[in-house]
Amino acid sequence: MTVSEMANELNLETLVRGDQDRLVAGGYAGDLLSWVMARAHEDDAWFTVMGNLNAVAVAVLVNVSCIVLTENATLDDDAAKRAAVEGVFILRSHESTFSLCAKLGNLLQ
Amino acid sequence: MKLHFEVPGDDFTRAGEASGELKRKLKRLGFDPDVVRRAAIAMYEGEINMVIHAGGGVVDVEILPDKITIILTDYGPGIEDVDKAMQEGFSTAPDNIRMLGFGAGMGLPNIKKYTDTLNIKTEVGKGTVLTMTVLTNKQA
Repeated sequence: MTVSEMANELNLETLVRGDQDRLVAGGYAGDLLSWVMARAHEDDAWFTVMGNLNAVAVAVLVNVSCIVLTENATLDDDAAKRAAVEGVFILRSHESTFSLCAKLGNLLQ
Repeated sequence: MKLHFEVPGDDFTRAGEASGELKRKLKRLGFDPDVVRRAAIAMYEGEINMVIHAGGGVVDVEILPDKITIILTDYGPGIEDVDKAMQEGFSTAPDNIRMLGFGAGMGLPNIKKYTDTLNIKTEVGKGTVLTMTVLTNKQA
C-alpha cells in the first residue's frame, strides 16, 4: 500500500506532502523518540503525537514512510518547514493512535 | 575522510544536523543503507545526550572503507554510574526534556545496539568521551 492510498483509506489530512508513492510496509506507534529509533522499521507509518523538529529528525534517520499525527496533535511550524525540506510526509487525524493502528492493521492484512 | 562538528549546548532544534549531514555523506559515498542508518542513529543519540546533559560538545568522525569511527567529546558533568546509564529505561533527564519525547533512558542502550564497539571514558565533573565504531561489512 502507498502512503496516499493509506491516507485515503484512513481519511487523513495532509500537512506536508512527501513522496505519495512511498510504500507503507507496516506501522509503528510511539512518542518516545529513542524508543522509536530503536524499534521502528524503515517503511513503517509512524503514529505519534510528537509534532516537533526532533520527530522529523527521527523520521529521517529511521526512514519511515510517513508521520501520522494522531488525536489532532499539533505540528510545529519549524518542524513543518524541516519536513518539507527533508521530504518527510506528514499526515494527521482526529482519531486515536489505537484506532488508526487497528485500521491500518486490517488494511495491511 | 574526516569530519568535525560542533554541537551547540542549548539548542535541540540543531541537534540532529550533524547526524543528518553524516547520513547524507555516507549515502553519497555508497555505504550500505543499514550501515548508514546505524551510524546516523548512534550519532544522533550521542548528540542528543550532549545537548541534554553536557551543554554541547564536539563530534569527530573518521570514515574508512571498512569502518566508521565516531568520537563524541563533552566537558559536561560526566556519568556517575555507567552501568545504570547503560540500562534501558534508566534516565536522569529532566521533565522538560521528556516533554520533547526524549529521556526514555534509551540513548546509550541504542548506541550500543547500533554500533559494533562502544567505549565510554567518563569522569564526574570533567566530561565524557564516547568512542563508537560501525563496521561497514556487517549487517545488523
